[in-house]
Amino acid sequence: MIDTISVLLALTSLFLLGSSRIRISIRMVIAQGFLLGVAFLLHNSQHLNLGTWTIGISSILLKGAILPWLLTFVLHRSKAKLEVEPFIGFGASLFIGILLLGFSSYIAWNLSIASTARSIPPALFSVALFLILSGMFLIITRKKAITQTIGYLVLENGVFATGLGIGHEFPFIVEMGVMLDIFVGVFLMGIMIFRIDKAFDHTDTHLFNELLDKIDDSHDDVVDMENA
Amino acid sequence: MKPFDAITLFSALLFSPLLFGIINRIKAMFAGRNGSPLLQTYFDIFKLFRKNMIYGNSTTLVFQLAPAGILAALIVALLLIPWGPIEAPISFSGDFILLAYLLGLSRFLTVIAALDTGSSFEGMGASREVTFAALGEPTFMLGALLLAIHTGESSLSRIFGSIQLTELHPTGTTITLLVAAWMILLLTENSRIPVDDPNTHLELTMIHEVMVLDTGGPLLGIVTYASAIKIWIFSALISNLVFPHLFEKPAMQTVGVAVGIIFVAVVVGIIESIMGRIRLRNIPKLLVGATALVATGLLMTLAG
Repeated sequence: MIDTISVLLALTSLFLLGSSRIRISIRMVIAQGFLLGVAFLLHNSQHLNLGTWTIGISSILLKGAILPWLLTFVLHRSKAKLEVEPFIGFGASLFIGILLLGFSSYIAWNLSIASTARSIPPALFSVALFLILSGMFLIITRKKAITQTIGYLVLENGVFATGLGIGHEFPFIVEMGVMLDIFVGVFLMGIMIFRIDKAFDHTDTHLFNELLDKIDDSHDDVVDMENA
Repeated sequence: MKPFDAITLFSALLFSPLLFGIINRIKAMFAGRNGSPLLQTYFDIFKLFRKNMIYGNSTTLVFQLAPAGILAALIVALLLIPWGPIEAPISFSGDFILLAYLLGLSRFLTVIAALDTGSSFEGMGASREVTFAALGEPTFMLGALLLAIHTGESSLSRIFGSIQLTELHPTGTTITLLVAAWMILLLTENSRIPVDDPNTHLELTMIHEVMVLDTGGPLLGIVTYASAIKIWIFSALISNLVFPHLFEKPAMQTVGVAVGIIFVAVVVGIIESIMGRIRLRNIPKLLVGATALVATGLLMTLAG
């Protein structure tokens, strides 16, 4: 069952790499949060107590509802277009995604052979690595601040899944602390995107150096860059 | 040739044009029309065969011979497809590679026939066909590789014979991924709706239809029949993945394959009814996505 969830997680991440709509990307993040929460509960199904239930449910709520809601809110309030703008095209992103998946499977396979404790499900572990790598890839290759936040969430999902695969039982307080971190992180990013949007009229991170030009008298450059 | 081989081969040859009839009926049902008769493709083919041969002035022998070659390649490909528990008439180790190349050969002949007309319009269609085929090929080959690794067999008949659909993972998961990917491949290879619209003659998106614009009369009849056989081959591959393994008795499995082929045609009809054609520049994304599905399945098979 956990293996099937890992496959679904990998597919949502590949979908994220290939989708051109921010709204669909957010839906994929919702799916990932939900799947991870379920995977956590399934993984710890032998010893379910108040702590594991709290982590599982709050993970589903936070990553599957609150954070996506926050992103959707920012998306609607900012004047950003609803399309993802990548530096690397969607087809190429997907292809690189497959390579990343292969790479992480290779590493996970070798690690699970080397490790003496065979408790790590190799499928989940390879997908966890893939989520981290593809999250980083999303952060690097997408222009908009909001899509970079989505990449950050995917990366964090990967970290969560890695913890799921390696540690048999996470300390409750650590897990909750990490979740609080993410919440604050994404909350701040949401506020930042909102402010950036007000200051710049867009959230394209590669056009942030415009601010320098506004001090200059060469206002034409700004117009050129906006047209570019 | 064993008696069952003859029965499966001839039922494939006989019933393949029926698939177009089923697809069109489903589309008509969704649109609230009565639709064309189920046997319309047969009528079309007979009508075309009663016509005279007409060739364009600029065409050569290549154009005249290509349809026969296309049909021949596809019928040989049909010989490689097993029918549930009944092994394929021709079956040997690594025959799926031959299948891929026979499909490639038929595509190559379609393309050079289109180029032979000297029409830039047909050249455009040929270019698109080859581009999308090149992107679709990894889906087929990786899928066959996945099945070969998964089952430990190397011929199509044995591969399909040894799939066990009893467990959810890894078999169920990988087979689901493979079915989804090969369904996209079927729609691409047969120029069905999300990729190409077989009903329109709109130059912006035409792929297959544009390549046979100059083909007429009996030659067009052969091409139509060949495309019916092609969709039968892909439907049979997908059907063989799932349907025989849902039953215990060989007789039921044999019926299951036939039901599966019809089911695939119905699904194609539903997809064509509820989806629009996607933009031409997004098609490579779809095909890479299909490859991604198979690659995920392959990696899961290797890891698990």
